[in-house]
Amino acid sequence: MNKLLLLPATKPLLFALALGPFAWYLSGALADTLGPNPAEALLRGTGDWVLRFLCLTLLVTPLRTLTGWHALARLRRMLGLYAFFYGVVHFLCFAWLDMGFDVAAILKDIPKRPFVLVGTAALLLMLPLAATSFNRAIKALGAKRWQALHRAVYAVVLLGLLHFFWMRSAKNHFGEPMLYAAIVALLLGWRLWRHFRSPAAAVTQARAM
Amino acid sequence: MHLLKDRGFTHAAPSEITPRAVYDDRRRLLKQLAAGAAGSALAGWAARDALAQTARPNKLAALAATRSAVPGAVTMEKPTPYADVTAYNNYYEFGTDKADPAVNAHTLKTRPWTVTVEGEVKKPGAYDIDALLKLAPMEERLYRLRCVEGWSMVVPWIGYPLAELIKRVEPTGNAKYVQFVTLADKAQMPGLRSSVLEWPYVEGLRMDEAMHPLTLLTFGLYGEVLPNQSGAPVRVVVPWKYGFKSGKSIVKIRFVEKQPKTSWETAAASEYGFYSNVNPKVDHPRWSQATERRIGEDGVFNKKRPTQMFNGYEPQVGQLYAGMDLRKFY
Repeated sequence: MNKLLLLPATKPLLFALALGPFAWYLSGALADTLGPNPAEALLRGTGDWVLRFLCLTLLVTPLRTLTGWHALARLRRMLGLYAFFYGVVHFLCFAWLDMGFDVAAILKDIPKRPFVLVGTAALLLMLPLAATSFNRAIKALGAKRWQALHRAVYAVVLLGLLHFFWMRSAKNHFGEPMLYAAIVALLLGWRLWRHFRSPAAAVTQARAM
Repeated sequence: MHLLKDRGFTHAAPSEITPRAVYDDRRRLLKQLAAGAAGSALAGWAARDALAQTARPNKLAALAATRSAVPGAVTMEKPTPYADVTAYNNYYEFGTDKADPAVNAHTLKTRPWTVTVEGEVKKPGAYDIDALLKLAPMEERLYRLRCVEGWSMVVPWIGYPLAELIKRVEPTGNAKYVQFVTLADKAQMPGLRSSVLEWPYVEGLRMDEAMHPLTLLTFGLYGEVLPNQSGAPVRVVVPWKYGFKSGKSIVKIRFVEKQPKTSWETAAASEYGFYSNVNPKVDHPRWSQATERRIGEDGVFNKKRPTQMFNGYEPQVGQLYAGMDLRKFY
């Protein structure tokens, strides 16, 4: 598996795959095949993909540790950047399709609607992570500080979930947000479990590996 | 021309005036022409204008109607394509996605169907749907439909004023509100398995709102009977309120003294009030109501259009709410 992940084609392939939803929505918008309310389809669809890429990004470390496929690590940055990319597209859909790029209306709308505020906060929090994703930034910050900064992704995904739950509030219609919440709970729970188990056990396990 | 002078006013000479008998005869001739061979082409033209204004999609049984003469009942706007009207529906009894009802509603049985009228009326009873269909002349009305979610359509509905039914059942002096109950049958409605709302779906109107000539007891759209996903076989359409106020597939109409609690009020009273009049100035707590997207017309990159007060029916219904604080009674 590690060999497969290290093939030169792996990264470009993932890049193209991850661009797939964007291409699908873009062609759908241009060809008008997104149903009776294409703006809504775009807004909801791109939002879903932000959460999916955040989950995939957070899956890399547990999967790597549990399977030993350490080469997965080289794909994590791209997954994270795609989460940011879909977040930007999602925000653009809101600002353009919903608000017609009316800056005054957007600024009035964001604080009035708490779920929009939460989503915007999540996107803004992703900005420094995306900005420090390249190798030179890691070097400049130092691995420790860089890692501390990038733990903000946990807050991003929790804010994203809150955004989704809040959007669905009033209706007892939480099936989808619950599913994402369960996945995120597993991904973050695994990290907590690792963090809090006895250091001795961690050392033995590390030696065994 | 022989003219007789009479203090500045010119009278025709009696000999110039067409004799009554000749005049009557001419009118008779014209009428015969209109009804007969020479008039048939014109008569057909007139009938087409008076009857089916919107081309039938030929999917369901035809429902004849004449275009309504009620002020405000026929907007000049372009009707939303039938495909969009019948494929993009909020009808949670058949699923929460707006594409669900068109897929799932085929299980709804619209015959036999009875609408029970009860409560504060002198003549309660059970009305068979086929009797209701013949209760009053059918009118075609082209209404704007504004959903609380921020999209809108223009729908050619067929029905008659709800007032026609209300007058016949003779409400008592205690009848201040009308409640509409939608069918809730698990065997026909897969969405009832989810607890997204409390079932059955209930909606309500104040008596004067229910009696307003624009409040339509609706049996069809686009020249045909209602498709199941649009609330067959009978629903209410209240064009100046958000769409969810217009209950679908109605099985019970109850006249009550106290303001009834609606399904959406039970779910979230702070977001969906009893009145729920379309109002661009009173936002939903989670989104603006100032603009809307017209389904099937506004492209994805078009700017949304401004929403009108009372969905553009202010001249007709504004006086119902004179002196009311519409922020408080949202």
